Amino acid sequence: MAETNETVQALAEAEYKHGWSSNVESDQLPPGLNEDIVRAISAKKNEPEWLTEWRLRAYRHWLTMPEPDWQKPKYPKIDYQNIIYYSAPKKKVSLESLDEVDPELLETFEKLGISLDEQKRLTGVAVDAVFDSVSVKTTFREELSKQGVIFCSFSEAVTDHPELVKKYLGSVVPYTDNYFATLNSAVFSDGSFCYIPPGVRCPMELSTYFRINTAGTGQFERTLLIADEGAYVSYLEGCTAPSRDENQLHAAVVELVALKGAHIKYSTVQNWYPGDKNGKGGVYNFVTKRGTAHENAKVSWTQVETGSAITWKYPSCVLKGDNSVGEFYSVALTRDHQMADTGTKMVHIGKNTKSTIVSKGISAGQGDQTYRGLVKILPKAEGARNYSVCDSLLIGGKCGAHTVPYIESSNKSAVIEHEASTSKISDDQIFFLRQRGLSEEDAVSMIVNGFCKDVLSELPMEFAVEAQKLLGLKLEGAVG
Amino acid sequence: MTEPLLEIKDLHVSVEGTEILHGVNLTVNAGEVHAIMGTNGSGKSTLTKVIAGHPDYEVTKGDVLYNGKSILEDEPEDRACAGIFLAFQYPVEVPGVSNMYFLRSALNAQRKSRGEAELSGAEFLDLVKEKAKLVDIDQGLLNRSVNEGFSGGEKKRNEIFQLAVLAPTLAILDETDSGLDIDALKTVASGVNSMRDPERAFLLVTHYQRLLNYIEPDRVHVLLDGRIAKSGGKELALQLEDKGYAWIEEEAATA
Repeated sequence: MAETNETVQALAEAEYKHGWSSNVESDQLPPGLNEDIVRAISAKKNEPEWLTEWRLRAYRHWLTMPEPDWQKPKYPKIDYQNIIYYSAPKKKVSLESLDEVDPELLETFEKLGISLDEQKRLTGVAVDAVFDSVSVKTTFREELSKQGVIFCSFSEAVTDHPELVKKYLGSVVPYTDNYFATLNSAVFSDGSFCYIPPGVRCPMELSTYFRINTAGTGQFERTLLIADEGAYVSYLEGCTAPSRDENQLHAAVVELVALKGAHIKYSTVQNWYPGDKNGKGGVYNFVTKRGTAHENAKVSWTQVETGSAITWKYPSCVLKGDNSVGEFYSVALTRDHQMADTGTKMVHIGKNTKSTIVSKGISAGQGDQTYRGLVKILPKAEGARNYSVCDSLLIGGKCGAHTVPYIESSNKSAVIEHEASTSKISDDQIFFLRQRGLSEEDAVSMIVNGFCKDVLSELPMEFAVEAQKLLGLKLEGAVG
Repeated sequence: MTEPLLEIKDLHVSVEGTEILHGVNLTVNAGEVHAIMGTNGSGKSTLTKVIAGHPDYEVTKGDVLYNGKSILEDEPEDRACAGIFLAFQYPVEVPGVSNMYFLRSALNAQRKSRGEAELSGAEFLDLVKEKAKLVDIDQGLLNRSVNEGFSGGEKKRNEIFQLAVLAPTLAILDETDSGLDIDALKTVASGVNSMRDPERAFLLVTHYQRLLNYIEPDRVHVLLDGRIAKSGGKELALQLEDKGYAWIEEEAATA
């Protein structure tokens, strides 16, 4: 079946479309990491002393931590003294309207297909764009503020809403949490901040686009999202980076706080540069994402991971309150030499807490991926329920898929279900679809698309389209 | 005389180095219904797959002409777009892909290749409603994933439904009747009969005469050990029902 392999290969090797870089002048600190750099970052952001101290505590703690190596994808040692920890587009003053944004930056975002202008007019999606380390522009802010919704860059939140930041920063992911989260706590440069007041249903999708531009920079953004009692918000995150030969580190932290009865839906379409066909270059995507769900609250993670040389992350839910719900829907695609070790942690603390995990892994080329998930039921989590399903789809004969579920239950009333499957795209399926008139490439796309359907259908429409494009797929479900 | 729709000449076919068909000759004209009968392993399914272009089947000798042109070099999708349809003996499942979405994509791919405009969602729905009646298929099945969780009979009905929507010029049915209860069989047969047309030909592969009670063939061929051992009119099918295949084997042996 040589021809099948060719198409599969073509699909697997489709070129990275976001590989350009922009000539935006940047204001950056010299590479390297020490207390002075941490202070300098804090100073550049005019941060209050408590935050500078918090960063320094994190930095000092980080020095005592060993770099973890239990993950399946191995990578060459990172030289943390050779990374630029702060890089900002130079023209950054306080921006009041899009007209003030550096035109080249705007062009960059247009290349990304997210013209802020367009977004503003057409889609009703509010966007916060983070370029290298600094948040460039948040759209729709006025309209949101009418409802009391705060959506701004992290730096602005520190200035304008210090009480909220102080209260919640590190409350879900403490600065001592893990090697990369701790590093992030010391050096994070910007990110997004969002607060939805009690009972408010955020009237539009909120969105952040991240892009690493400057060579040799790491991206350490921090997102803090708080849904107050009974509030609802759907939040989207997209990422791209230019093609560069060296590996770039992306170590972000996302903290979600869903207070009593709140619902946070957090969706990610990750398309960082994956490296070339031979595995050279690409982003190391080592991210910590976690949400705390209080009583009757719900935290839903949906992720479509198509990029990065290595993806290593576990968006998790701490189901603290009684009757709280956690969800994790994931599609991860690895091709060429990409590797992914991803999954989730569901920690059931409250009574009658429920969690659902749906993970779909697709490996092509020499891609290798691991689903790693923890379901932990604490002694007081009476009546806790978990349902997990992990499916892997293999394309070609050189890729790999691994499923590593960890289940720890300390309560006898808990019900935990885990299903896993591994399948290959069958020649019979491809022949059937071709016999009906579809090209081989479309046939493969359709099968993969169907395989991911349970996850893609969880994405907000705008993102579902992008995700499907990313997967090289056509839109499913236009009829019927 | 007009050109035959399908002309198979001295066709030899191998799968993984083993020759299955040893020189099949067959001519099917537009408007005709041909039945291919034969025992298990006689090469019936192989013949259907070769016509449709399955990549596992290697033609070592001979030719398959469709509308006078050899199609052996054509990709399966090109043959489909040219109007060749194969109803599978064992329809595959495509999890997560809705029947409607799949069929609309297929129809539009075919229309596009013929330079016709693609059908909009609404136009397609109208077409589906009309054709669904023809094969008495449950609307619920249409919105489910392709064949996923369908019963054997539902899968076969779904094949005939696809046939009705795609409206091919040459329809090949590979044992569509096997595993069907009598009501489903009647429905499938009436679906096929309603599609009979001077422009369209059918090639029915079947074990049993039963199907031919409902779909009357113009010609019946018996495939034996990779060759067509006997051809005749519809009465041949009745003889087979009566006497089995042994006498043909004997006839072939003495010939």
